[in-house]
Amino acid sequence: MSAPGRIDVSIEHKRSTPDAPAGKHPNTCPSCGSHYRDEELVEHLRVCPHCGRHFAVGAWERIAQLADADSFVESHADLRSADPLEFFDLRPYRERLAEAESETGLGDAIVTGQAQIDGHSCQLAVMDFSFMGGSMGSVVGEKLARACEDAAANGGAVVSVSASGGARMQEGILSLMQMPKTVCAVDELHEAGGVLLSVLTHPTTGGVLASFASLGDVILAEPGALMSFAGPRVVAQTTREKLPEDFGLAESNLRFGHVDAIVKRPELRATLSRLLRLFESES
Amino acid sequence: MTQDAELGLRDRLARLSGVKLLRGTRLSTEIERLERQLERLREDKTDEEIWRSVELARHQDRPYTLDYVERILEDWFELHGDRGRFDDGAIVAGLGSLDGHTIAVVGHQSGRDAKERTHRTWGMAYPEGYRKATRVMELAARHGFPIVTLVDTQGAYPGVAAEQHGQAGAIARSQASMLRLAVPTIAVVIGQGGSGGAVALAVADRVLMQEHAIYSVITPEGCALILWRDAAQAKRAAAAFKPDAPHCLELGVIDGIVPEPEGGAHTDPDKAASLLHEAISAHLEELVGLAPDELLRTRRAKFRGMGVLAAV
Repeated sequence: MSAPGRIDVSIEHKRSTPDAPAGKHPNTCPSCGSHYRDEELVEHLRVCPHCGRHFAVGAWERIAQLADADSFVESHADLRSADPLEFFDLRPYRERLAEAESETGLGDAIVTGQAQIDGHSCQLAVMDFSFMGGSMGSVVGEKLARACEDAAANGGAVVSVSASGGARMQEGILSLMQMPKTVCAVDELHEAGGVLLSVLTHPTTGGVLASFASLGDVILAEPGALMSFAGPRVVAQTTREKLPEDFGLAESNLRFGHVDAIVKRPELRATLSRLLRLFESES
Repeated sequence: MTQDAELGLRDRLARLSGVKLLRGTRLSTEIERLERQLERLREDKTDEEIWRSVELARHQDRPYTLDYVERILEDWFELHGDRGRFDDGAIVAGLGSLDGHTIAVVGHQSGRDAKERTHRTWGMAYPEGYRKATRVMELAARHGFPIVTLVDTQGAYPGVAAEQHGQAGAIARSQASMLRLAVPTIAVVIGQGGSGGAVALAVADRVLMQEHAIYSVITPEGCALILWRDAAQAKRAAAAFKPDAPHCLELGVIDGIVPEPEGGAHTDPDKAASLLHEAISAHLEELVGLAPDELLRTRRAKFRGMGVLAAV
């Protein structure tokens, strides 16, 4: 990897602050080496006040950053994975799920619901990398699809914020099938006149990027976010190609035409508000 | 013999399960009876048998798309290029005549020797390959030609240029496009159905697998490396995520299994081709009479319903 510690898409990540390098002060920015206090970082929307590095944000914190106060109403919170393969690697999948749920307080790697952003109604679908690397299994696919349907029912908008290492391997082929499932849901949203604003955060890779996240009417990315179909390690190992310094990063994707804009986190809420306003007046 | 029996059973079960709207005890009793029989057969399924399919699916002599095209179609005319950047050899596309009717065939293609394999990047397509596929499928739909895709790839090509040219977006848009094709579509996994690179061509009215094909979210080695941190655990990984055709049928991901000659498709490509031809013709016959609206509605409902969920 060109920038060690910067790009890590291991789906085994379970720490709540996956960016802290080992062996150093836990609150050290890996980009500029400055130290920070937890509450200071939260206040700055988890953007390093010194160098602007964007740290990972959990789903609920993201919702608090984007939605108007008290406007978010969660939906389909009761959905859970069913382990149809009775998958067992080093540990049973059920055990991993239970552990992820107790560590994160989330039912799966996405939280969806109705929200207002600066007074504009939308369905907000926010992924959380700390739940099994934000991997997409049946529950993530279903909740994303239902968010599209809930929005389509009133000709509205979906704002998705993705963070994912790819497919949930423990659900085997059914995790792959979440790709056409979410694609189908976005397509029906479009047919109903709705809009998808897709926000890509670090990292958005694999099956999530190769399905709904790439079908946004507008695609925004956070600075420095890795957005590639194959992860840098896979590319390096499979092809033995030398990876460019900015491989798969949002900045490179903007240059190659795969995203509409890179938006710094402090400007994200205002940007989404402006886009929602533009699409509202269309209909 | 047991295998033939199982294939027959699964095929009938898949057909019966597809007609859920028809009520009646006769049908549900029949489904129950078939399921009981399958249960008995399934007990024999071992990790070794799953791995055997993995090996057969990757066998170097296994027929590729063009091997089937030349045996099944008449008047084959290959179409080249994505009309943007280049002609990706990892995906072939064209028009031909099947049973006297024009159809489009789009499929992954690898090579038989080192030079051709390099040219076709081992059947791993670039975004341009998926854009060519989309172009030809949309062309076929405009003219009312049914579409058959033959899926056989380890996955989409994981390279720097492929990423720069928009691999993820091309795969996403290929799926979206396939959901809108107002003609009958059949996808058959004929070898390795690997990950997003496979599903990009497999959003069809009927998705079939050859008996020894595999369809999976990741290669066994890739899964083993991530979950066991050891690629040598591939056999255990395959046993855990079950990429074989009977399991895919059981999970509702595919609609039927196409039998292969004893010992695998490579032992008798002519026989394999005639069995494939038979399956495609049978499914097309069921689909051609349906109104486009109904095709689209059913196809969308099928993919929208994928997955298994629980609730707390």
